[in-house]
Amino acid sequence: MAELNHTSPRASDPERAHPFRTSWGSRALWAGLVLYLVYAVTTLDLTWARFLVGIDQGGELLGRLFPANFARWELLLSDLIESLQIAIIASVVGIAISLFVGLLAARNLMPNLVSAPMRVFIALCRTFHPVIIAILFVKAVGFGALAGILTLIVASIGFIAKLFAEAIEEISLKQVEAIRATGAGFASIILFGVLPQVFSRFIGFSMYQLDSNLRNSTMVGIVGAGGLGGTLFSAFQRFDYDFVTAILITIIALILVGEALSNTVRRVFQ
Amino acid sequence: MSDLVIRGLHHAYVADTPILRDINITIDEPGIVAIIGPSGTGKSTLLRCINRLIKPSGGSILFRGDDVAAVQGRPLRELRRQVGMVFQEYNLVERLTVLENVLTGRLGYMSAWKAWRRQFAAEDIRRAFDLLDFVGLGDFAKQRADALSGGQRQRVGIARALMQDPVVLLADEPTSSLDPKTSVEIMELLTTLANDKGIPTLVNIHDVNLARRFAKRMIGMSGGEVVYDGAPDGITDDHLKRIYGGESWLS
Repeated sequence: MAELNHTSPRASDPERAHPFRTSWGSRALWAGLVLYLVYAVTTLDLTWARFLVGIDQGGELLGRLFPANFARWELLLSDLIESLQIAIIASVVGIAISLFVGLLAARNLMPNLVSAPMRVFIALCRTFHPVIIAILFVKAVGFGALAGILTLIVASIGFIAKLFAEAIEEISLKQVEAIRATGAGFASIILFGVLPQVFSRFIGFSMYQLDSNLRNSTMVGIVGAGGLGGTLFSAFQRFDYDFVTAILITIIALILVGEALSNTVRRVFQ
Repeated sequence: MSDLVIRGLHHAYVADTPILRDINITIDEPGIVAIIGPSGTGKSTLLRCINRLIKPSGGSILFRGDDVAAVQGRPLRELRRQVGMVFQEYNLVERLTVLENVLTGRLGYMSAWKAWRRQFAAEDIRRAFDLLDFVGLGDFAKQRADALSGGQRQRVGIARALMQDPVVLLADEPTSSLDPKTSVEIMELLTTLANDKGIPTLVNIHDVNLARRFAKRMIGMSGGEVVYDGAPDGITDDHLKRIYGGESWLS
């Protein structure tokens, strides 16, 4: 064994003298980013003067937003209920479908022949922004809540089916092997070997999706797919800014309710 | 009829690099059969071929007279449920309770629908508690498996295997993750089962002395072949050199 205080014959090796060499590649990338930012800001004419003009208009809008006008609270309430229904129905259906899609897309449990098409399906679901999907569904099935529900189902699958699949791919296969060794069939292996390992994460993802669907349910209405968004959009167009404020406050309340709901669910399933 | 007859078993994960070559073993009486041999010599593969977690490349495995080396579907699951298995790292389902883990030993006997709704037969539940009492964990039934220590987990693993009503028990390095004292306790437990309940038990084990102490029969494997098969007394240093190679570790 070589003695440790003996100078290694490779001590003069330049690789050892400077082990942390600068990477010219990363320097070039940073320089490129800075140059592009300068270019983009100049071409978009983002000057200080333009900013001041904008601020001025913003102040005027702010003045007209207050005080909030809740005179049409019945319309507000029925829209709120519709948004909530869209969000909850879409979440439940979307999560239920995602459970199966996610399982089929997990590469550690499914052959490539099954998981690859499922991954393509998930990728398609998340390709387009919900607004674009909502427009498509409004054209396909007509104005109203149905289009909103279908939109959010697609959005849910695109998001949580992928997370479900990834969670399943991270499980310990040893536990699965042990269940398989008891002679359990496929469904039992999934229920006892796989599900317990991912259940709490599934609950977390599902609550996140419910939260996200609550927000989006107020947005799909802008393109006519039901809920608060439609009323919000027409209030803007009619310059009813005090009513806009009332709608925005309602949305904030809706999100807070959703937050409380998801906290409760998490606590129950802990 | 012998419980288990292995004839000409060979297996290769990658073509042309066999891990098991022509294994011939007959198991026909209760008691511990210790399989010793260096890491990577195919001991785990051998056990996993017996309960068909791995499909062997060739040869036959006669389980109570039926060749199970190539069965699939329902007959395969019926084979597995009659062969209990204990694992090196216990392989309990961490998020389930101890009782649920033991009851998974019945999954091969019931529908997934009933199992999911936890509709286990009253008799099964009673037996699960009995087995937990037997392995000394009666008070831990409601705890989650990940709250237990290594030795306790392995006892749950043994109770789960027994819940299957196994004809044969396989134990893959059941003591390798445990301290010396707990290792002896686990081996004592397995020996009691093997003798009192009359279950032939194949145990892969690193520790030659532990194997000698508890086994009724020892099988030495090297390079994917059986190089010794007989009484523990019959194993000499020459055999051990042949099994593990080298000799400095023996002194």
